Amino acid sequence: MANPRTKLIAITAKDAGLVGCTRCTAVWPLEQTRCGRCKAPLQSRDERSLSRVWAWWWAGLLFYIPANIYPMLITRTLLQEQESTIIGGAIDIALHGDIAVAAIIIIASVVIPLAKFVAIAFLAISSRRGTRVPGQQRHLLYEAVEFIGRWSMIDVFVVAITSALVQLNVVASVTPGPAAIAFALSVIFTMLSAQSFDSRMIWDQIEGDERA
Amino acid sequence: MIDTTDLIACPTCDALWRVAEPKEGERAVCGRCHTVLRAPKEGEATRITALALTVAILLVGTMFLPFLHISVRGFSNDSSIVDAALAFSEGLTTPLVVATVAMVLLIPLSRALLLLYVVAPIALTGRPRRGAATAYRWSEDLKPWSMAEIFILGCAVALVKVTTLATVVFGSAFWLFSILVIITVFQDGFLSRWSIWQTLEQN
Repeated sequence: MANPRTKLIAITAKDAGLVGCTRCTAVWPLEQTRCGRCKAPLQSRDERSLSRVWAWWWAGLLFYIPANIYPMLITRTLLQEQESTIIGGAIDIALHGDIAVAAIIIIASVVIPLAKFVAIAFLAISSRRGTRVPGQQRHLLYEAVEFIGRWSMIDVFVVAITSALVQLNVVASVTPGPAAIAFALSVIFTMLSAQSFDSRMIWDQIEGDERA
Repeated sequence: MIDTTDLIACPTCDALWRVAEPKEGERAVCGRCHTVLRAPKEGEATRITALALTVAILLVGTMFLPFLHISVRGFSNDSSIVDAALAFSEGLTTPLVVATVAMVLLIPLSRALLLLYVVAPIALTGRPRRGAATAYRWSEDLKPWSMAEIFILGCAVALVKVTTLATVVFGSAFWLFSILVIITVFQDGFLSRWSIWQTLEQN
């Protein structure tokens, strides 16, 4: 185990007066604006990265609220009509005995999105104000957010599949509620928020501390 | 001016390294944040071409073969993804179905076709086609939005949800789709972004 206090200081492209391409790793003089290899736009540090992160973050949060209040699924059978929210639907499944499936829905639709809001906010705030959490751990957090965030989409797919399936017959019909759209947008916006984050800022800040 | 040709900057943390090209099967990893920088593999272009072609063919099959079979009290229905998507166009279902079909079928299909355009000419003639760099950039941008593997888990959950209303059985397209997800995982494992960029640059 490496001592978490030991911090490896590397020379960054920025220190060397160069700019690295985040897409193909090629290195160019600082004044170059477009990568000569893959044509991606070059920017030593994306100054507007944080404002984009926050804009998408707020948009995501804003849509996450109606996603939990309004019904996700409206089920009509010959006898009754039932509306269920994300959490209500998971409880129904759990009461039915499928604890594992209920757990998948709760994790994908409640735990992951909430954890993601907290994680992105923490990364964005700490990259500006500083933190005691080591860069290696924040880097892992960033990778986890990028990797896991997409999985929240599962409940949207479940709604799409069940409504497509069951609507095709007469005895029962299932239609998506407004929460399905709100939730899908919320997931898309938080994915964009995480993508806007310039991960190089995690590392700049640590070394800034070390040198000061 | 500094010669930058043998320098690489880690895309995740901006650390600057002088790169010694790793041998096939070896990996070069950033010493600071452990991001994999280089991981060349043997016969990469040929393998990716084969996998991308398989994915494209399976995806087309998945679209039209029956995906799920539902039956309840004498009513029964075989539906392919395209049937299901075309069956209704009312209210909130439409945008939801459009988004689902895009993320589950169209984006993975576009990715496979873009990759084929980039890699197949390299595998066959050793030289990339015009516009290969742009095509590769698009295929990389699409990657996070390609959600086939998430859809599989969604199918399983939906199945459990619907069992209270009806009996549902997976059709052949579902199994094709599951194979496809596994192949996509392999394809992404074989894909060494930086070797592709180097090949594209040398020509």
